[in-house]
Amino acid sequence: MKDTIPNLTQNGPKINLNIGKYGLLVALLLLCTALTIITPKFLTLPNIMIIVTQVTINALLAFGVTFIIITGGIDLSVGSVVAVTSVATATFARADNYPLVVPLAMGLLVGLGFGALNGLAITKGKVPPFIVTLGTMTIGRGLALILSKGRPISNLSDSFNYIGSGSLLGIPLPILILIVVFIVCTLLLRKTVMGRYVYAVGGNEQAARASGINVNKVKLFVYTLGGGLAALAGIILTSRISTGQPNVGIGFELSAIAAAIIGGTSTSGGVGTITGTLLGALLIGVISNSLDLLNVSSYYQQVVMGLIIIGAVLLDSLNKNKGN
Amino acid sequence: MSLKQHYILEVQNLSKNFSGVKALDQVQLKIREGEVHALMGENGAGKSTLMKILAGMLTPDSGEIFFEGNALHSHRDLKILSAGIAMIHQEMLLVPELTVAQNIFLGKEIRRGKTWWLDDRSLNQKATELLAQVGIALDARTPMKNLSVAEMQMVEIVKAISKNAKIIIMDEPTSAISDKEVKSLFNIISDLKARGVAIIYISHKMDEIFRIADTITVLRDGKYIQTKPAAELNQDSLISLMVGRELDTMFPEHTEAKGNILLSVQGLGRQGKFSDINFEVSAGEVLGIAGLMGAGRTEIARAINGLDAPDTGNIYIKGQKTKINSPQDAIKNRIGYVSEDRKEVGLVLGMSVKENITLASIKKHKRGLFVDDASERTAVANMIEALRIKTPHPDQPVKNLSGGNQQKVAIAKVLLSSPEIIILDEPTRGIDVGAKFEIYKLVKDLAAQGLAIIMISSELPEILGMSDRILVMAEGKQTATLQKAEATQELIMQYAMPQ
Repeated sequence: MKDTIPNLTQNGPKINLNIGKYGLLVALLLLCTALTIITPKFLTLPNIMIIVTQVTINALLAFGVTFIIITGGIDLSVGSVVAVTSVATATFARADNYPLVVPLAMGLLVGLGFGALNGLAITKGKVPPFIVTLGTMTIGRGLALILSKGRPISNLSDSFNYIGSGSLLGIPLPILILIVVFIVCTLLLRKTVMGRYVYAVGGNEQAARASGINVNKVKLFVYTLGGGLAALAGIILTSRISTGQPNVGIGFELSAIAAAIIGGTSTSGGVGTITGTLLGALLIGVISNSLDLLNVSSYYQQVVMGLIIIGAVLLDSLNKNKGN
Repeated sequence: MSLKQHYILEVQNLSKNFSGVKALDQVQLKIREGEVHALMGENGAGKSTLMKILAGMLTPDSGEIFFEGNALHSHRDLKILSAGIAMIHQEMLLVPELTVAQNIFLGKEIRRGKTWWLDDRSLNQKATELLAQVGIALDARTPMKNLSVAEMQMVEIVKAISKNAKIIIMDEPTSAISDKEVKSLFNIISDLKARGVAIIYISHKMDEIFRIADTITVLRDGKYIQTKPAAELNQDSLISLMVGRELDTMFPEHTEAKGNILLSVQGLGRQGKFSDINFEVSAGEVLGIAGLMGAGRTEIARAINGLDAPDTGNIYIKGQKTKINSPQDAIKNRIGYVSEDRKEVGLVLGMSVKENITLASIKKHKRGLFVDDASERTAVANMIEALRIKTPHPDQPVKNLSGGNQQKVAIAKVLLSSPEIIILDEPTRGIDVGAKFEIYKLVKDLAAQGLAIIMISSELPEILGMSDRILVMAEGKQTATLQKAEATQELIMQYAMPQ
C-alpha cells in the first residue's frame, strides 16, 4: 500500500477581515475616538458643525448616485447640476423679487429636468450612462456659466438665506433636511415596490424585464431622483454661501460616487444601501476634516482620499473571496 | 477490452466541508488512462466540488490524491495536478475578440526566441497543426466571436491538448450544441481516448452516458456510491443508484380533460427566426414543441411573451385578437414564461429566494406606499412548500441553490403572477433526475388545474412523456403536429431534421 497522507489542509492561521455589516460604523467610531484624543479641536461644536454641513451636500448627492449605481448605471453630472441649480435658484432669489417658493421650484425643476434628460437619453436613446452624463456634466457647467454670464449672483433674500443658516430646535436646517431625505430614501429603497425593482434591474436587467418590470421607467426614476437630490444640494449650498456660483460643485460627482462605493455599493449593480452611503459620506467628511486639523496639505489629502476609496473596495473584495 | 489497467488518477477518502455542510464525504475516484469516465449524481451530489478540487480551484479538507502514481501532499502539489488536468467549462473561458490561435495559446504565447516579441506566424502554424490533429476544420485566424458554441468547445478541447493534459474534464459539454455537433464531439473524444487521454464526463443525459462512457462512478449527497463498467448498468439501475430509490415511472399519468382554447396563434412570424406558425392550446392541455437547437422554438416563446415582437401573424387569447408588446402585456393577459436560461433571464441570482419568487407579482403585496412584508412572506412560504423548494431560508440568495431548486423558484415566480397559460422553455435543462420528476409532476398538476401549457424541450423522452400533442419545428418552420398516440422518437426526429 501507498503511504497515507495525513492531511491536505495547508491553511495557515486565518486572519479574519470580516468586519461585516457594521465595519464602516466601527471604523468611523474608532477614527473619531482617535481624533478626539489626538486633537482637542476635533470634538468641539463648531468643528462638528463644519463636518456635518460639508457632509450634507455630499450625502444628498451620494444618495441619488447610490440609486443609480444599484441599477448598474453611473451619474457624472451631479456636480454640474449643483452649479446650474445654484445659478437658477439665485437668479430668482435676489432680494425679495419673488416669494421663496419660486427660486426653490426653479432650482428643483432644473435638477429634475437634467435627471430626466439623463434618464431619457439612457433609456430611449440607448446611450451608455457614462457617456450621457459625461455630456450633461459639460452641458450643465456651460449653461451655468452662460446663465450667470460667468459671474457670481449675490444679494440673495434673507428668507432664502435662512435655509442654509437657520435652525429648528437648535438643529441646523440643512441637517434636518438631510435626516428627512435619508429616511425617505431608505424607506423608498427598502420598503417600496420601486426599491425592489431598483435592485432587480441592477441585479439582472434581462430577468427584470422578463418578469414584467418596466425597466426604462425604473431607470428614468433613478436618474430623475438623482437630479432632484443634486438640485436640493445646490439650493442648500447656494443659500449657505448666499451666492449663485457657476463654478461651484466641480468634482462633487466624484466624492458622491466615492461615498457610495465606500459605503458598499457595488459598481456592477444590484448591491448597496442608503445607510452605507451615509456612513461613507461621514467617513470622507471626518477624514478630510481631520487632515485639515492636523495641517496636512490639501495636495496630500487627495492622495489619502484616493487610497481610502481603493482600500474600502479592496477590503470588501477580500472579505467576499474568503467566503468562496 | 483494450483499456489499460494503469490508474492515472486515484482519489481516496477525499472530504470537503463548506461551513459545516459536507459537500464531499470520503469520496473515491479512480481514472484509467484513455477511458471515458462518467461522473454521475444529482445536483448537489458533490460532482462540481470534486471537479473543482481536481482542477486546483479548491483545497480539500482531508483525503489522498495520487496523480500518475505520485502522492500529492500539499497545495503546491495540487497545482501540479491542475497542470495535468484541463476543464472544459460550462461557461466558456475564451476571449471573444482574439483569434482561435491566440486563444489556444493564451498565457503561453510563442515568442521570437527569448525576446518580448510575439511570433504570430509560428502561433498560427502550431494552432493549425493542433486543429488538424484533432480533425477540426477551423481557420486558426478566425476571431473567436465568429464561432458557434460547439466550435468554441472544440477550441477549448484543443487548448487542453496543447497543454498536454492527461485528463480532460467535460462538464455538460452537449447542453448547448446540436446533435450533429454532438457526433463530432464524440469523434474527438474517441480520438483523445486513443491517445491515452482520460475524459471525466459529466452529463445529465442518460443516452449520451451509455453511448460513450467506459466506466461510471456515482455520487449521492457528497458520498461515494459505486464505480462500475458502463456495460454492467442500464438506465434504470443507474437512476436508482443516483437517487437511492426506484423511479418506477418517470412520467406521471395525465388524465386528458381538455377545456376551451386559451391561446392560439395564426401565421406568426419573425424575420429570420420563424415563419407561418399556427397552433392552439386548450385549458388542461400540454403542447410540446420539439426541434433541434436553433429551430426557432425559444424565439416563438419570446414572441408570445412580448420579449421580441413578431413581424407577422396574430395571437388570440381566449378567441380575442391580442397585441403583446412587452412582458407586462403578457402578464396582463395571464401568460407566464419560464425561460430556458435561468441565470440570464429567469432569475436575479444575487437576490433572495423570496424576492425572486415575488418579482413578477410584488405589486399584489402592497399596503399603502410600502411592500407588505407579512403578506409577501406568506405567499413565498406557500410556494416553497407547494413546490418543495429546498432552501434553508427564504432570504437565502437564490444563487446558492441547486439547479433544480433554482428552476422551481423560477416557476414559482411565474405561478404567483396567476397565469392561465404557461410557456416552459427547457424546464429540466441541467437539473438532476429527482428534481426532473418533481417538475414533471408539477406540470401535470398545473394542467389538471386547467392551465394551458406549452413545453419546449430538446429531450425527446420528455416531450413524448409529457405532451398531449407535439408540434415539431425545423429551421424556423412548423413541420408537423403529432398526436400523443402516433408520436415516436423516430417520427419526431424525422420532422425535426432540416430538409
